[in-house]
Amino acid sequence: MERRFQNGAHAYVVRGVSFSYGGHRADATRDLVWALRDLSCDIREGEVFGIIGPNGSGKSSLLKVLGRILQPAAGGLELFGQDLRGMRQDAVARAVALVPQDTLQVFPFTIAEVVLMGRFPHHQARWSLGALGWETEEDLRLAKAAMADLDIAHLAHRSIGDVSGGERQRAIIARALTQQPRVLLLDEPTAFLDLNHQIEICRTLRRLNETRGLTVVLVSHDLNLASQYCDRLMLLKEGRPFRIGTPDELIRPDTLEAVYGCAVLIDRHPASGLPRVTLPGRETRLPSPSPEGRGVR
Amino acid sequence: MRPHVVGHTHNTGPLVGTTPIPEQGSALSGSGLVWPMRAVLTPARWVSTLLILAGASVLACALALRFGAEAFTFPEIARILSGSLSHTDDPTAGAASAILLQVRLPRVILAYLVGSCLAAVGVGLQALLRNPLADPYVLGISSGAALGAAVAALLGLSTTILAISTLPLFAMMGGLLSIFVIYRITMSYGRLPVHVLLLAGVILNAIFSALIMFITSIMEPTRSFGMMQWLMGSLTAPDYPVLAVLAIYLAAGAFLLFRQARPLNVLTLGDEPARSLGVDAERVKKTVFFCSALLTGAVVSVSGMIGFVGMVVPHAVRMVIGPDHRLLLPASALVGGTYLVAADTLARVLLAPGEIPVGIITALAGGPFFIYLLVNRKSGVAQ
Repeated sequence: MERRFQNGAHAYVVRGVSFSYGGHRADATRDLVWALRDLSCDIREGEVFGIIGPNGSGKSSLLKVLGRILQPAAGGLELFGQDLRGMRQDAVARAVALVPQDTLQVFPFTIAEVVLMGRFPHHQARWSLGALGWETEEDLRLAKAAMADLDIAHLAHRSIGDVSGGERQRAIIARALTQQPRVLLLDEPTAFLDLNHQIEICRTLRRLNETRGLTVVLVSHDLNLASQYCDRLMLLKEGRPFRIGTPDELIRPDTLEAVYGCAVLIDRHPASGLPRVTLPGRETRLPSPSPEGRGVR
Repeated sequence: MRPHVVGHTHNTGPLVGTTPIPEQGSALSGSGLVWPMRAVLTPARWVSTLLILAGASVLACALALRFGAEAFTFPEIARILSGSLSHTDDPTAGAASAILLQVRLPRVILAYLVGSCLAAVGVGLQALLRNPLADPYVLGISSGAALGAAVAALLGLSTTILAISTLPLFAMMGGLLSIFVIYRITMSYGRLPVHVLLLAGVILNAIFSALIMFITSIMEPTRSFGMMQWLMGSLTAPDYPVLAVLAIYLAAGAFLLFRQARPLNVLTLGDEPARSLGVDAERVKKTVFFCSALLTGAVVSVSGMIGFVGMVVPHAVRMVIGPDHRLLLPASALVGGTYLVAADTLARVLLAPGEIPVGIITALAGGPFFIYLLVNRKSGVAQ
């Protein structure tokens, strides 16, 4: 795989981060359930970094910690060399955009309005004119470009509630691009999409990564998708990285079984040659371990 | 599938599949793209919409001045108003002038202020709770404020500081109590499902009504009758100092609320998405909740419980002009004022010379609309 990493610079340096959802109650006597424990990892600038792992392994929590939606109880977190904890929320929003799993919008905002919300962190309302803060030419231009990029320009006037799940997801990604971030965080970007849209979104992400040097961090349940589109993966188990490495190093029967607790079949993708995961069928007899480690068990 | 048979295929081609997928959007990525109409709010649309609504407000107020137990003609109204402005005593206009200036005009102004505020509060609450059914009356904020005012009246706590009555402050504290309860419930749910929201409102209303009834029952009969009248929602002729005080409270609250218009837009996406866009979600929420309590308290302390304006008006306005709060907030305020002026005119005219408490009219108009929205669960109204 081609190396696009710029001088090995780091987008994120995460050191010993712990996070618990009960943490803010400061109840020392209770045993806290830690979503993330003593987690360390580096995310390089310009890479596509995948976070995989079983349910409850802390994938989404980590993504929210990276987006500063959640505050870790302990540990250090640097974003492009700056301490994330000391940054203002809008400063973070100018560098990092988060695409949540699904956006439920109750009010009939148009797609264009939703995409333009990505400009919010870039001009804070000034005291004088209250909250009006009209969009500048620059804002409109960026929003248009992002919408064209994601092929939703023709939907600009449609209400976000009236379009399909795939179109809505593309609108949210367009909003994230309109933020002009250096890092794009995505939580299960393909979870509710059909096959065609899954491929479309993944190709778009890959293209943005290659053309704009955008660092992409994505959480996914779909091991095949992660294997095909990510430069490096982090496999989480119970809030800790079980292993970090290339898809070739991670997507292995022994590794996956150790984390997920079930046997899977792994072979090679016919086109890309990257590892491919298959669930054992009803009648599948699991073959004995092969010397190359590509067999099962 | 026999995976171990497949083996390696060292293909350096496209990452996915064998069918080439056309490059997304390459044909459209020029700058010659034109926004479709109404895709975004423009300053021109903002100004023109508000001008039209302001014109409608003036028209409604003029009609409200004209009709009533005593009907006037427009030339008469113009003459009396201009006469009072230039302080020329016109002896022929004695009684008519008194009715218009001392009774009808303050009442129309009060109705307008109350309607505007309830509508603006409704917009704010609906955005925060991400629920188009939110309304200060339905959520029990109005009854909390009424309880605060009733307690202050019972204990004689209300005083005046620098000629400004503190009664709205006590009402505001009652409103804050309700909002605190709603806020805690919201926190534990994330996004409030509609049935929880409505149940919370029903229960708060039941508790506060019981306390208000208790207070009424231990009052002297003459005072308790006045209290009942006030609770039903009444706009009976206030004097100008009361109006001025109310206007001060309302201007402060409306200003704070309006400043949150852009953050409110983003906040309708939900707390976490809003925070990832750089919105200080907690601060915006606290500001809007505080403004809601302030405005509701001020309104309730003067005019009692007038229901459903805060739900009906923002809903209808949003359907026509869209959900952008920069326009929705001021437009709803203008329409809310117009709506209540119209409702109050009906209340004065229908059984003239007697009159119906205006709260009854708004409840009769808003209640069925509320049920209609609840039954028609389209467009994410209820979930």
